Amino acid sequence: MKVSVIGAGVVGLACASELQARGAKVTIYEQGESVGDSACSWWAGGMLAPWCERESAEEPVERLGAEALDWWDGRVGGVERNGSLVLALGRDAGELRRFARRTSEYEEIDGTRVGAIEPDLAGRFGAGLYFAGEGHLNPRRALADLAKGLAARGAELCFGSAMEPDNAPGDAVLDCRGLAARDVLPGLRGVKGEMLVIRSADVTLSRPVRLLHPRIPLYIVPRGDGVFMVGATMIESDDRTRISARSMLELLGAAYALHPAFGEAEILETGVDVRPAFADNLPRLVRHGNGRVLHVNGMYRHGFLLAPAVARMAAEAVLDATATPEFFQC
Amino acid sequence: MLRVYGEEIASRLLLGTALYPSPAIMVEAVRASRAQIVTVSLRREAGGGGGAGQDFWALIRELGVRVLPNTAGCHSVKEAVTTAQMAREVFGTPWIKLEVINDAETLQPDVFGLVEAAGILTREGFKVFPYCTEDLGVADRLLTAGCEVLMPWGAPIGSARGLNNVYGLRSLRAHFPDVPLVVDAGLGVPSHAAAAMELGYDAVLLNTAVAKAGDPAAMAGAFALAVEAGRTAFEADPIEARDMAAPSTPVLGKAFLE
Repeated sequence: MKVSVIGAGVVGLACASELQARGAKVTIYEQGESVGDSACSWWAGGMLAPWCERESAEEPVERLGAEALDWWDGRVGGVERNGSLVLALGRDAGELRRFARRTSEYEEIDGTRVGAIEPDLAGRFGAGLYFAGEGHLNPRRALADLAKGLAARGAELCFGSAMEPDNAPGDAVLDCRGLAARDVLPGLRGVKGEMLVIRSADVTLSRPVRLLHPRIPLYIVPRGDGVFMVGATMIESDDRTRISARSMLELLGAAYALHPAFGEAEILETGVDVRPAFADNLPRLVRHGNGRVLHVNGMYRHGFLLAPAVARMAAEAVLDATATPEFFQC
Repeated sequence: MLRVYGEEIASRLLLGTALYPSPAIMVEAVRASRAQIVTVSLRREAGGGGGAGQDFWALIRELGVRVLPNTAGCHSVKEAVTTAQMAREVFGTPWIKLEVINDAETLQPDVFGLVEAAGILTREGFKVFPYCTEDLGVADRLLTAGCEVLMPWGAPIGSARGLNNVYGLRSLRAHFPDVPLVVDAGLGVPSHAAAAMELGYDAVLLNTAVAKAGDPAAMAGAFALAVEAGRTAFEADPIEARDMAAPSTPVLGKAFLE
């Protein structure tokens, strides 16, 4: 079976990988000039945190997201399984209680334990939640490695190619274009996210840290070699031009609150993009026309977390016209 | 029925549309609240001065209820006026919930800027719903500036503390018996809303208490019941509190005491 996949973001690459594993001959069309060039997954945090996400996400995100750690380890490796840490400043203790009520699979820890888990945060926080089963990866490396693996096993990657689903060759077409598919997917909207990449030689973290705040909940993900990703805003807007001053203040403020040494960090990069989402912030598999085209979209802020499960469902739906996986719509 | 700016509104609960886990849950909550007026923010969603929030605003318009755009996040008269003008374009309404924030920590209104902006917007034909404190002098200035409704806080925005100054709110109600008064901000649980309605307030406006609840739609329904209960109680003329017991069944003359 020959399948065209349009879009080389995390969804397109994951779908291509699942299809290739099932014996399909895959061609990937990407309008950008390289992997991640025009994908919002390029800016992702890379947290594989299904239990933390349950705080504001619906049940499928936790259940399906739990598959993600093993999937990514199996495909590209590099998953750091050091758990994740959820903290709040003293006066926001109520936020920590609320987070705990909405989530599971954590250990309530005191300040001593916070310091044992992340020595550089010793003495800075009196309480926290430790989600030992979670992990994180470097999203850019994961995308590049996934593409490399696909190519090594015979997939064709065509960059600089803005293919339309109806014109794409093959027995089946997977449209994984994200927000670019909004013309054929009514209800798809953009949710703006802004992030920073900073470098600090003064602070070492081994796992993502979420800092709860009633107005500005943010997270910091270590990327190794003193590099950290600080993310991410969530704004109902499809503006992807630039980060706002207020957002940068909030992101840096959170980093500074976590550890004042971040005040001397270098700002390596600012990022802004728009996450594709439907009204319920859950993904959709939508079959169109004569059934040759399957749109896979709406990953919202859960690209790396849900791509494995959604790709599996998409591959099943492509290979079996009678399959009606979760999130499937005719 | 609630009357504001010549319009009759069936519900005395106004609901905000921010902070929900998803727009779908926001829609469920608005339905469950039976609110006829929803507030929506524009300042941050508009991006670089354009209409980058259009998708979300389209969802709001599809709710089929009145939209009260707000100037949340504005710290100056100029920002608030510009945001109000953009809101009028986006939603085609002269209604504006006017917020001019002074203190970033407590989000207390800048009452001087508020009065100034209310005057400017009223002259431009806006119907201004000012987010204010319970201060009588400020209320008087806002009415003079052209506001026909006042929206004093119960407590700081999002704080869930309920009615911080019941005396002040009671006093405001007594001083302006004919002005529609809406307790806006600071409510945490339905009993707070019922208490505001029992004071004789015409309506309540809330957002965080519903949006951040574990089940926003259920909480929206609970607030709707509380607002109805509080209003009905107010209209039913509650009894006065007293220090001494007043038995509802007379005991004198009873043959046996069990």
